[in-house]
Amino acid sequence: MRVVTLAAEDDFEGWRDAVRPLAAARVPPQDIFWRVGEATSGLFDAAVSDPLPPGEPFSVPRAFLTLAETVVCHSDPERFALLYAALLRVLDRPDFLADAADSLVQRLERMARTVRRDIHKMHAFLRFREVATPEGPRYVAWFEPDHHVVRAAAGFFVRRFAGMRWSILTPALSVHWDGEVLAEGPGAARGDAPADDPLEQVWKTYYASIFNPARLNVDAMLKEMPRRYWKNMPETALVGELIKAAPAREAAMIAASTGDGMSRPKSDLTAAERQGLAEADEAERRIQPGGNALAAWESLLADAKRCTRCHLYKHATQTVFGEGPLDARILFVGEQPGDQEDLAGRPFVGPAGQLFDRALGDAGVDREKTYVTNAVKHFKFEPRGKRRIHSKPQAPEIEACRWWIEQERILIRPAVTVALGATAARSIFGKVVTITAMRGRAHKLPDEEGGEAWVTVHPSFLLRVPDADRKREEYARFVDDLARIARRADALR
Amino acid sequence: MPALDTREKLAILADAAKYDASCASSGAKRRDSVGGKGIGSTEGMGICHAYAPDGRCISLLKILLTNSCIFDCHYCINRRSSNVRRARFTTDEVVDLTLAFYRRNYIEGLFLSSGIIRSPDYTMERIVEVARALREDHDFRGYIHLKTIPDADPELVRRAGLHADRLSINVELPSRQGLERLAPEKDSARIETAMGELKGAIEEGRDARRHFPSAPAFVTGQSTQMIVGADGADDRAIIARASGLYDRFALRRVYYSAFSPIPEASAVLPLVRPPLMREHRLYQADWMLRHYGFSAEEVAASVDASGNLPLDKDPKLAWALSNRDLFPLDVNRADRSLLLRVPGLGVRAVDRLVAARRLRRLRLEDVARLTRSIANVRPFLVAADWRPVALADGIDPLGGRAPPREQLELFPG
Repeated sequence: MRVVTLAAEDDFEGWRDAVRPLAAARVPPQDIFWRVGEATSGLFDAAVSDPLPPGEPFSVPRAFLTLAETVVCHSDPERFALLYAALLRVLDRPDFLADAADSLVQRLERMARTVRRDIHKMHAFLRFREVATPEGPRYVAWFEPDHHVVRAAAGFFVRRFAGMRWSILTPALSVHWDGEVLAEGPGAARGDAPADDPLEQVWKTYYASIFNPARLNVDAMLKEMPRRYWKNMPETALVGELIKAAPAREAAMIAASTGDGMSRPKSDLTAAERQGLAEADEAERRIQPGGNALAAWESLLADAKRCTRCHLYKHATQTVFGEGPLDARILFVGEQPGDQEDLAGRPFVGPAGQLFDRALGDAGVDREKTYVTNAVKHFKFEPRGKRRIHSKPQAPEIEACRWWIEQERILIRPAVTVALGATAARSIFGKVVTITAMRGRAHKLPDEEGGEAWVTVHPSFLLRVPDADRKREEYARFVDDLARIARRADALR
Repeated sequence: MPALDTREKLAILADAAKYDASCASSGAKRRDSVGGKGIGSTEGMGICHAYAPDGRCISLLKILLTNSCIFDCHYCINRRSSNVRRARFTTDEVVDLTLAFYRRNYIEGLFLSSGIIRSPDYTMERIVEVARALREDHDFRGYIHLKTIPDADPELVRRAGLHADRLSINVELPSRQGLERLAPEKDSARIETAMGELKGAIEEGRDARRHFPSAPAFVTGQSTQMIVGADGADDRAIIARASGLYDRFALRRVYYSAFSPIPEASAVLPLVRPPLMREHRLYQADWMLRHYGFSAEEVAASVDASGNLPLDKDPKLAWALSNRDLFPLDVNRADRSLLLRVPGLGVRAVDRLVAARRLRRLRLEDVARLTRSIANVRPFLVAADWRPVALADGIDPLGGRAPPREQLELFPG
């Protein structure tokens, strides 16, 4: 029997230095007796200390050292022997620890988990109390961990409270931080820590107020905050009272609710204030062009935001309504908002929109002076994993949305309404038309509102042309269309 | 009204904040106060410093800056037509309270929200100012979560992002119609636009950090909350909504908050006990979406005729029972993604099984060591020494064991 004496309960370095020659010589685990602290006389005083046969130096995976460092903090007296046994298994098979279903690996992992939980609970449930000292405030805590974790847990407090002076007192060990160095001292008693801190009253107030009596769930609380930690936590003094009062408080909440909140006036504003606001709104409206057009457009927008005329509203983020000055000469109608438009809430901001902007610029048209909208106001898509793939709107959706575009045309009365692509043309003419047949000349709109109708391609068509030469050609043709439409809009003035 | 002292204000403004479910302090970038002038650290995983008797974690000082509000949302205790006592913290009071609590190791940081006073921009500015004072004047390096007001100027939101670890915008209610009815001044499109903008800003911030290490740290995530049980939305609709939100806005979390009766409630609301079990099932469904690789349709496939998830069994078990043809799975050979679908196996257990089976063929007792309850998992697995029969025989393997749960009426009449 060999005896190994370690310096402290959590002496990982001592354990590591001791096992190196033992494991190299493959001394069996049952031949080693582990003890901690001063060598006192005992059963194994006559233990042998024959020189060990020299063995090969070895190395172990990092994961094993991490595990051992944690398990050493456990209070189980068998921990050193178990770790040594595991070390011998690791030397046989470096991937031994990956076998989480092995009973020794499992036991060690469970011990490590217990230690980590103890460290975690110390981080969570330790409470400092403020003490005035000549050098300024000092924060002192009393805590009783289940395992030998004080050294392992202290680093957290150093990192967190670096700018503060503090002490943690426990039965076995105390640690003190002065802003620069972490000093260790002997164990302490509860009486060495301050008995009170006036701020605890404020903390208890918070604890009582954040609790919702309608959701009382004592088991969930006890699972995470077992009673053995309670004695050092000021707020737990309230728990019993809060639990007892909860049903009555919940009933009172419900009773207080039966007074009808709806009967009170909905606004805090006085009549005079309300009138003042209304006048200010009206004044603002008058300086805008088009009389009450803006008010009409705003209420139209508000209605459109709540549109449920077809099922598309269910999955789209929001209605993407048209935008632009209400006295615009040209009204552009696109197909439907895309992914980016749907998120931004504005038409023509995605890739097709950017191309459209470029083409307008090349045609000498200022987008700021035109009104841009879509035939369908909600994004229609098919979810494909994390992406949303554009899907072409069908006749029922176009029909359902036609009402909005008609209202926009009536309100804006542009000189020219331009359909970009087949869906837009389907919407403004009310029937299926061929782009190629109608492109490049003026048409009459069926309802006579919205001036002349023109038809051209949708900018996204240009994005899809595969051949670079043809792409250039089509782009030039699109710019040409836009320029002609702009000239026509000027001529109709 | 006589001036309130800080403790009275705290009682009012913490009470007003308790309906917000989120108290998480995880997911922040690691930092500590070593070498700084102040205090504070975040180490990735948040810490729950206490638990209230409702079983919820207390991790942050969760308060409102003020509970006065110009909005009139029916489900909210702070709406302007409600008769609650009003209070308002000054910036210094919040800063001092946060630091005093933090020094005593009561909290991980601050979660600040506010009723809307004067205008959304004004309110947002006050919220940002508290965060700025904590970070810049006191070199506070703990966790800060700010509630963002959807109508506020994006520039203010960007500034909030420079100081906070997390920003959140509440979608409030799962259905758009519900929001319209219960929160007439809020606009779901506006809320989602703000979430979209925030997502863009977060991506930009991350991108800037990647290219220029000196770029200012920016908020790392956003989350949202919806209230369950205040409007008519069923679980199917809620799951679809949550899944859509995850896809579009790259959210860290969606929180579900069972609507609980509030004092001074508006007459349009149901005054019943909060549907806590339903909330729990929704969190389980949320887990299936985020961790187990289920699609929203698959999760929603187990809803009953009323469109809700069954209360008596976990939705993952419900899914497995209606897809019996897939089981039993061979624990020694099945794909990881399939093992994740076994009710009773979590991500951790599956990863450890996959690692262990590389070394040797696993027997049932090996699986038992890695799971909480082998009896619940056994019917779905084949191991080296085990082959189940119950599923194939059309028996509900766990059916006889758990009596159906029922939410009893505690206050009849």
